[in-house]
Amino acid sequence: MIAEGGLAALWLAAVMAVLQLIVASSAVIGGREDMARAVRPVAIAQGLLTGLAMLCLILVFVRSDMSVLLVAENSHSLKPMIYKIAGAWGNHEGSMLLWVTILGLAGGAVAIFERRLDQRTLNATIGAQALISMGFYAFLLFASNPFARLFPSPPDGNGLNPLLQDPGLAFHPPTLYVGYVGISVAFSFAVGALVTRDVGPAFARAMRPWVLGAWIFLTIGITAGSYWAYYELGWGGWWFWDPVENASLMPWLAATALLHSVSVLATRDGLRAWTIMLAVVAFSMSMIGTFLVRSGILTSVHAFAVDPKRGAFLLALLAIYIGGALALFAARIGTVRQGNTFALISREGALVVNNLLLSVILGIVLIGTLYPLAAAGWGVQLSVGKPFFDKTAGPVALALVVFIAIGPLLRWRRDEPQALLKRVTWPVAASCAALIVLVPFAWGVGLLPLAALVLAAGLAVASVAPLWGRNLRRTPLFIWGMVVAHLGVAVSLAGMASDSAFTKETLAVLRQGETRAVGPYLVTMTGIRPVVGPNWSAIAADLSIRRGEGGTPFMLSPQSRFFASPPTTTSESAIATRLDGQLYTVLGQPDGKGGWQVRLWWKPFVTLIWLGGALIGLGGALSFFGRIRRRKRAVYEEYEELAA
Amino acid sequence: MRRVLLWLPLVLFAGLFGLVALGLFKPADRTVRSAMVDKPLPDFVLPAMLPTKPGVARTSFGGGKPRLINVFASWCVPCIAEAPELMKLKAAGVPIDGVAINDTPEAVQKFLDRNGDPYQRIGNDKTSQVQIALGSSGVPETFLIDGRGRIVRQYVSNLQSDQVDDILKAWRGMR
Repeated sequence: MIAEGGLAALWLAAVMAVLQLIVASSAVIGGREDMARAVRPVAIAQGLLTGLAMLCLILVFVRSDMSVLLVAENSHSLKPMIYKIAGAWGNHEGSMLLWVTILGLAGGAVAIFERRLDQRTLNATIGAQALISMGFYAFLLFASNPFARLFPSPPDGNGLNPLLQDPGLAFHPPTLYVGYVGISVAFSFAVGALVTRDVGPAFARAMRPWVLGAWIFLTIGITAGSYWAYYELGWGGWWFWDPVENASLMPWLAATALLHSVSVLATRDGLRAWTIMLAVVAFSMSMIGTFLVRSGILTSVHAFAVDPKRGAFLLALLAIYIGGALALFAARIGTVRQGNTFALISREGALVVNNLLLSVILGIVLIGTLYPLAAAGWGVQLSVGKPFFDKTAGPVALALVVFIAIGPLLRWRRDEPQALLKRVTWPVAASCAALIVLVPFAWGVGLLPLAALVLAAGLAVASVAPLWGRNLRRTPLFIWGMVVAHLGVAVSLAGMASDSAFTKETLAVLRQGETRAVGPYLVTMTGIRPVVGPNWSAIAADLSIRRGEGGTPFMLSPQSRFFASPPTTTSESAIATRLDGQLYTVLGQPDGKGGWQVRLWWKPFVTLIWLGGALIGLGGALSFFGRIRRRKRAVYEEYEELAA
Repeated sequence: MRRVLLWLPLVLFAGLFGLVALGLFKPADRTVRSAMVDKPLPDFVLPAMLPTKPGVARTSFGGGKPRLINVFASWCVPCIAEAPELMKLKAAGVPIDGVAINDTPEAVQKFLDRNGDPYQRIGNDKTSQVQIALGSSGVPETFLIDGRGRIVRQYVSNLQSDQVDDILKAWRGMR
């Protein structure tokens, strides 16, 4: 019954979406006052109904109701509770339902909280939001029903892919989805503003929290996903330029550009057309990302179910939304009044350069991701990997770092080159110092990592420079946010460069009692033993590790795990985290003569990559709450004025 | 000019859309072509799989007589589907040698009893050494070797009847 209830709620939500579009468009186009009053309640009702449908799906997973096809295919009664819940969205149908749920809740939130935007633009926004929802409801109800029954029902289910049975990954997809959906709200705002030609600071301020919120979730999602791939796959790498990783990176790049241009629009009323364009591009990228992942047209380690019918459906949605938005853009933007202009040497100027560089990186990633597809059209098989992306995106990213450092040191509207030179003295000095320190022992590591380390030092100093001479306690929270986020970029960059420059790797076959060195560590195999977990069994190697001859020994136990349902072997790396890096150990195959393959890495300062990612996310969060507080105060002041 | 430029993003998107649609509706050919086609057979010697038939070696090829090598396994389902096509080739007089991958004599004998036996010789390639040397990435695969011991053609996956005609034509042309 729960499954039928969920399906009913989903149909009702779809009906609400249709109603929402009708009501909103007759309010905006027909100017009907009565219809305008109905827009908000309908949007809220839609949000509640999708929430109910998602709740029903989680409930059938929690109860392990094997008569529901999706549960039987993806769950198992013996699975720990947290993975039963996560199993609800750890599959195609469930993840699409999660997508519309977040979309519906976001639409409801816009209806409840957005009070300052012009009423007509808001109604147009909610109408656009309804249009997006409708496409996904149709997709769910006609091509991927999550509540389909299975008769006769099997005694137990297939289980969840063991690689996904990890607490981090249980929350990875929802995090990215919140990010994607936040971008879709920004897109709806852009469409709303195009419809009413009201592209100004008020619109930018309404859109900014959504862009910022989406960007925070994407940042966290990508950082966590990267760490998951690092410790769970056991390959020792943290980014593989896999199509699915790129699918999450591209919206992030576009959202980063959008975030900065929307700030220019909100504070200086500049970059009107560009901001609208970026909102469309960011949403296109999240749609293309969803499409690439869900249609399976690119081969990837994330091999999801390949179903051309679903791919075609998503592609049609993509064409309608993006094609429609771009046509609207071309037709309307010419009639939008020009915003404020600015000199080349100004903060706006630096932000424009930053935007262009981010767009170039985005273009490179997009081309690299889709090139195999184009080549297949000519009958050539190839894959594009790390060497391409490192060589092309790497230098552009370093140029971007220079502008991240300079941007916040410039004044709005116009600035003097001499004044700028004076302000960059300390960052440049930091870079020079880093160069002098690094050259003796980092000369052979290659130009790119060395340049990255040097620039990271400069950026670290430049990023805290906006705090100099300020009263720290009275500095607005969003300035802190910018400082922390830019510092995070420097930290993460240092980690990436250090990992690629200084990592030591050893592949050895060890018997009991044998020792091998990796970096500063001595690793001794003391034994091999079986281990049993809740739904898996494993072989674990006991490695006794010392730092240098005299170091205090500690133990690491990498495992090779076997899951019974579905039958899969995974390798559980064991990682020791130290202040100056990580020791990463993986257990491989036995050689049949008493030895075991062991893979060892010493990765100096690799943790900085994710620490930096966390700082970037934290910076976003500080900025978010700073802006929200400021907006609340502004609303309050408006009331005060009205009262007076 | 500016008005025209504003439509540029839409045009770019249309191009992207076309590319992705093409990829979706004309799925990429993911068969792995052997780099050994048009090259002489590598040197190899495989022991006999069954007591009733000899093994396969490089020296069995050439000498002016074109032959087929069929890479197969008793545990491979498409190999069952392909068996009738191989029997057709055998009936037409094409000599076929088998390379059995990761298999046992009992299983191979049972497979041949059930699906017919098109092979003159069967080599035991327990660890896929010869399969890899041929540039084959899976089972079944069929290679046409000409009278000078060169690999002329590679057929990935189970043979289709039009491929059988193709092989027959080529084989007759080479004789």
